[in-house]
Order: sequence, then structure tokens, then C-alpha cells
Amino acid sequence: MLNVYNILETIRMIQDECLDIRTITMGISLLDCIDTDIDKACEKVYNKIVTKAGNLVKVGQQIETEYGIPIVNKRISVTPIAMLAAACPDGDPVKFAKALQRAADTCGVNFIGGYSALVHKGFSAGDMALIKSIPEALDVTQNLCSSVNIGSTKSGINMDAVKIMGQIVKEAAVRTADRDCIGPAKLVVFCNAVEDNPFMAGAFHGVGEPDCEIHVGVSGPGVVRAALTKYPDASINEIADIIKKTAFKITRMGQLVGARASELLGVPFGIVDLSLAPTPAIGDSVAHILEEMGLEMCGTHGTTACLAMLNDAVKKGGVMASSTVGGLSGAFIPVSEDAGMIDAAVAGVLSLEKLEAMTAVCSVGLDMIVVPGDITPETISAIIADEAAIGMVNSKTTAVRLIPAIGKKEGDTLEFGGLLGSGPVMPIREKSPAKFINRGGRIPAPMQSLKN
Amino acid sequence: MRAVVTVIGKDTVGILHKVSGICAEYNVNVIEVTQSVLQDMFAMIMLVDISLIKGDFSELVERMTALGTELGLSIHTMHEDIFNSMHSI
Repeated sequence: MLNVYNILETIRMIQDECLDIRTITMGISLLDCIDTDIDKACEKVYNKIVTKAGNLVKVGQQIETEYGIPIVNKRISVTPIAMLAAACPDGDPVKFAKALQRAADTCGVNFIGGYSALVHKGFSAGDMALIKSIPEALDVTQNLCSSVNIGSTKSGINMDAVKIMGQIVKEAAVRTADRDCIGPAKLVVFCNAVEDNPFMAGAFHGVGEPDCEIHVGVSGPGVVRAALTKYPDASINEIADIIKKTAFKITRMGQLVGARASELLGVPFGIVDLSLAPTPAIGDSVAHILEEMGLEMCGTHGTTACLAMLNDAVKKGGVMASSTVGGLSGAFIPVSEDAGMIDAAVAGVLSLEKLEAMTAVCSVGLDMIVVPGDITPETISAIIADEAAIGMVNSKTTAVRLIPAIGKKEGDTLEFGGLLGSGPVMPIREKSPAKFINRGGRIPAPMQSLKN
Repeated sequence: MRAVVTVIGKDTVGILHKVSGICAEYNVNVIEVTQSVLQDMFAMIMLVDISLIKGDFSELVERMTALGTELGLSIHTMHEDIFNSMHSI
């Protein structure tokens, strides 16, 4: 039975506390588009995406009107393109990038992800060509996102790939230096990448997934913070309970929207990603939740503990609200996309080292962090290796999305605009890890991998 | 299929009349009306049946929102499923 208080609470969450569905993402398999002629393959890719996702934006808007809840992004994820590139070794993989961009334009989606390669144990046909083409692909497209998985708990860390990715990230920044180095903001380097992630830039459609499906990513840091504001003197376990209840409500909405989208589009419902995804908007910050818990500023001592509790409570509340949970599921800490994180980084309270510690207990990894433009590729690789090691040992997804700010140094800022926000250049260590990175090879899988 | 129309803001003469007028225009039956002052706000909540609606639900939403702007009130028209799913297990 409907209750006045509940109705007003829902409306307040949407109106005043920035509650929204961050994304409905359609995952599309492109395995049936593989062709030895790259031009034919691109045509098949375009046709399949447009056929499957032609109505995605329209359906998204219809659901927004029906339920009165904003759906901020409509996105598409596809099979890692390296698998298609493998069949046409003489073709330029950037052709696929352009075909994906064309399909994204026709469908009117905000992002299309899957310009990806999975190389955690080694390179197979197509992988190297695709990885080397990433900087150009991100330069000549606007809405395309790319990701590379370089490690996993099961297989260890491919250090050859780590070395190359340091160079690729830097090159992507150099090529887009005139556009605030936007290239690497659309590139994620993963350890333990998931196959059903609806969030960008790391979304791709895994080979174990069905032909086509719908995923939903929810948001709502503002709602959690507002809920905590009402209990200034609650103990930590009471706070955990409040977060669980709030996460339940947020996730239920994701479940409802996903089920409806799946029904209207006639494709199976994949997963709800139990996430707290911030935006640069005021009142939509994960850092502010941590501060509401009692930290003077995010990044100070105690931040990792607060985030660990938040992340766990979000999952516990959300898991009961949805029948199919997946994706990355947890709190995101992208620096440039979170007003509180930006303030903390500018104030020098939030450091790269603290962020690294935080990634051990939250959803993903070092995300949207702007580093000095003169950073060496080896240092980028070393940061990737550190982060991948955390993921590998803890059997969790970790990722690195660093943006070298070409021509800028500590104290400067990069402005991306929109959901990507703006980021202050954060200091890094000066000493070189080059010898370690240049050794190459593979970090063997840890003991944790031997579960059978 | 049912929807919930919520009117929040300052009380004025004829709100119920105008809101139910639009409902009638779209062949939307009013099932239940609750009015209260809650959290310093005047709130009217109307449960309506939209299964025999004439025209598009999105048009009804737009008309209600426009009426809200005209009267200086916040009027939301949302499918009841969102409230049911969010607040019940």
C-alpha cells in the first residue's frame, strides 16, 4: 500500500538528492560479425549495433517519463574488438573504431565501449595491433571507450602488456593534448576485468554473455549522504544499517528500470551494478559521504576504513534488492568526477598513495587521476603494476585511468567538462622504476588462484 | 495500471479541481486522494487509474508539470511501480 511519507521520500531523493539511474547499457555480441575482410566486418558491426540498439535512447526516454527518474546515460558495450581484429591481420583496427563511432552517432548513445583486448596471460592474434591503435582510435572518435585487461588473480600480471600500456596511455594524452588530454580519460587498464560492466570507460561485452542484454548502473551518493545527515550521533554500525537501507532503495529502482527496459527492448535483462557513482555536481559526491561519517576531509587518516564500511554496506543493501547483481558493484572514487575528491586533492589532503589504499577496499581503482605531463611511460606502467597487484592478490577488479596532463605540472588543472569533471594535477614520485618495468615477463599467479 | 500524482508546495484555491480536470480530460480515473501538511510542506497525493488513458502517458505528465509551473507548485506524475518497488520487499 502506498504511504505518503514513502512517496515524498522518493520524490525528494530524485529532486533534491541527485538520485538517478547513471546508465542503461546494452551489451551486444559482435562474434557473428567476424570477417577476414575488415571493411565487411565493419559494415556488419555497424548494422548489428544499429539493429539492436536503434531504440535504446527512445526506450530510455520513455522510462524516464514513466517513472519520473532521470536516466543520465544510454550506452552500448560490445565484444572486445581485438577478437574481430584477429581475423583481419592486414586491416587497420582504427576502421573498427570509426564504425563503432558511426553506430554510436546513429543510435544517439553517450558512450560505446569495447575497443578492448584481454591480454592477462599473453597476446593472441589481433591483440597487439589493437593495443597499438588505441591512441589513434581515441583521437579520431568522441564517444568510443577502450580498455585492456593486463592481469587476473587466475593468471598473474602480464608485465609486457603493463609496459606497453604505460606508453599507450602517454601517447593517447600527447595526441589529444589540444583537447585537455581527453584520450586517456576514455582508456582503462584492468586487472580482473568483469564481462558485464555497464560503466565506462571499462565496459565491454564478454564472450560468456548472451547475444544481447541490458545492464543497469545506479547512482546515488547524494541520497546516502542525506540519509546520514539525519543521524549525526549514530554509531558506526547504525550508520552501516542506514547505508544498507538506502542502498536497497536505490538498487530497487535500478532493478525496476532494467526489467522495464528489457521488456520494452525485447532483450534479456543482464545485471544491476550496485554502485555509488559520483558526478561533479554538488551533492553527488562519495567523498562527502566519507566526510559525513566524521572525516574533516576525504583523504585524511581513517578514509580507507570509512570507505571499506561504505562499500560493504552498499553491497549488502543492494544484493537483496536485485535478482541479478553483477558488474563492478561498489563505490567509485574517480577523482575528477567527484566534487569532494577534487577539493581534497587540491588541498593536498588526498594523495595518490591514499587513493591506492582506498582502491583495495572499494569498487575499482585509480580512476580519473591527473598526473604531471612529463611523467615517463615507465612510471605510468609502474602505477598500473602496483594497482594490478592489489587486484590480483585480493581477487577483486582494479583499474587505472590516469591522465598525463601534457604541458602541465602540479598545481595546474585539466577541465574535461560534463560527467568527467575537472582534475588537479597530482604529484608523483620522482625516482625511476624503469629497470623493473623493462624486465618484461609475467608476475606469476598468486596462491589465491589455486582454489580448486 | 496506476500512477501517482503528487502536488507539493503552497496551498492555493482550486488545486484539486485543476489537477482532477486534467485527469478527466485524459479519461484517467481518480481512485484516492490524500492531503496533508508534512515536513512543512502542503502535499496532495492522488492515486489514479491510467489503464483507459486517452492519449500518451507522457502527454499527461507534461500537462501536469506545466500546471505545476503555472501555479508555482511542484507536480510529479509517476507510475506507481517506482514507489512500490522502492519501499516494499
